Amino acid sequence: MKNTTGLFALPARVLHWLMAVMILAMLFIGIGMVSSVSERHAWLLRIHKPLGIAILLLAVVRLAVRLRHPPPPLPADLPTLQKLAARASHWLLYALMIAMPLVGWAMLSAGGYPVMLSDSLRLPAIFPTNATAFAILRHLHTWLAMLLFLTFLAHLGAALYHGLIRRDGVLASIAVHRRETPAPPQADVDAR
Amino acid sequence: MHATPEPDPTPIPRSLLPRFLLIGAILLAIAAAFAYVGGWLAPHRLTPKRLIDQFQANAGVYPGYRRNHAKGVCVAGYFKSSGQAAAYSVAQVFAPGERTPVVGRFAIPGSNPYAPDGSVPIRSMALRFTQANGQQWRTGMNSMPVFPVATPQAFFAQLQAQQPDPATGKPDPKKLAAFFAAHPETAAFRAWAKTAKPSASFATESYWSLDAFEFVDAKGVRHAVRWRMAPEATDSGAAPAGQADYLDADLRQRLAQAPQRWKLLVTLANPGDPTDDATQTWPADRTTLDAGMLVIDSEQAQDSGACRDINYDPTVLPHGIAISDDPLLPARSAAYAVSYLRRTSEEAHLPGSARPSAKARPESAR
Repeated sequence: MKNTTGLFALPARVLHWLMAVMILAMLFIGIGMVSSVSERHAWLLRIHKPLGIAILLLAVVRLAVRLRHPPPPLPADLPTLQKLAARASHWLLYALMIAMPLVGWAMLSAGGYPVMLSDSLRLPAIFPTNATAFAILRHLHTWLAMLLFLTFLAHLGAALYHGLIRRDGVLASIAVHRRETPAPPQADVDAR
Repeated sequence: MHATPEPDPTPIPRSLLPRFLLIGAILLAIAAAFAYVGGWLAPHRLTPKRLIDQFQANAGVYPGYRRNHAKGVCVAGYFKSSGQAAAYSVAQVFAPGERTPVVGRFAIPGSNPYAPDGSVPIRSMALRFTQANGQQWRTGMNSMPVFPVATPQAFFAQLQAQQPDPATGKPDPKKLAAFFAAHPETAAFRAWAKTAKPSASFATESYWSLDAFEFVDAKGVRHAVRWRMAPEATDSGAAPAGQADYLDADLRQRLAQAPQRWKLLVTLANPGDPTDDATQTWPADRTTLDAGMLVIDSEQAQDSGACRDINYDPTVLPHGIAISDDPLLPARSAAYAVSYLRRTSEEAHLPGSARPSAKARPESAR
């Protein structure tokens, strides 16, 4: 099934923007809570865990949507290297969206902590209690978060490049509202 | 045309330059915001890492050990609820007759795991209650009714004032005096410390929660509380003179004879009692509940015992107990997490973590 609409499927577009807000918030919450000794530490931590599980669930749904509805093709004139980078970064984002919450969950399990999503809702442990595993997973959680942040920056930079420089319809393909006429495949950047 | 220089294969038209700059500015702004929130661009902000670094600056690094209360011993037992606290907290641990297993730890304050037991007059008791429903209550208590300071910033200032002078190897008395002069809230603790003597036993001490917490009842009503563990053993004698390590032997000897018991006494605040200031006690006439009995019946060395890999973070709480507005609580949670990551990384010999050295681990120990 080939996508000829020039757009991502509607569920994909809605999930994209919803999760964009959640993931960006999550990155700031995560880095903020581990570097704060104030009340912020406590309330950011309360948000961090349920939000992480929500992202995990949505990421699984999103992956299913992605596999069911192929995205619109990239512009034919996009250099091969950029096409490759686009595909690789998208799959890296999917992998990180799913890995980050799982690593966090496993890390708390390994540390012997109860994984509390609220005052009373506790998730089961998904990893045996083990201090060495905790240390490794805890570091992994940080490094994957940094990788996710850098991948997000690259993704945003590329999106703006497509939207502002190439104006090739790639950015518009993820817009929630369809424009009257989809952006021309070959915007003339020197028109002015 | 002949004056045109060799064309760049992919020229950036002049009209696009502002857009490239805009994109760069957006990315840079987000990266800078991230770095700021992470504390990298705010070197003066107190972070959990700075707190733990200060502990290390004061006493050195002892790989694998807690950064504070480093010298201790693992214990285990259970808590038997009287049911008296059940009207104020829905926590399963307080249900009438409920018996909850406990893994605990006795320790003395300080970062040196080889410090003499008599070097400080304070003892500590940390407990992890594991409820039948899998939720946990972790608490770290000290054998004094008040904490010296009320805020993480003041605590950090105290640690800085206590940092040994490289010339003498001891804290600068002038800096300490200046700290206490600038922090009159330390008065109650200093008055206590003046008369406090290092006890000969962990078992004869009372242990206070210091921070206030909230109990949440079945209707969702919150009750500000503090608690303490009151010992059954009262034969507190003077610490043996000339010995560095006597607390562990005393505990082992007592446990060989009988389990050691503490009553969990929960004090309910009156309206207006401060919940955000661990330097102040509440008036003595406040309602106190006898919530049940803590029974400690075994002990293990801390380098192999069940308490070793537990971070006694006092904000790990079951449904029915919540943190108060005490600013020390989130700071304890954040700082303990850094200490826990460092020592578990050292235990795992991860690259970049501190390694045990001959200096840090004398042959006499272990």
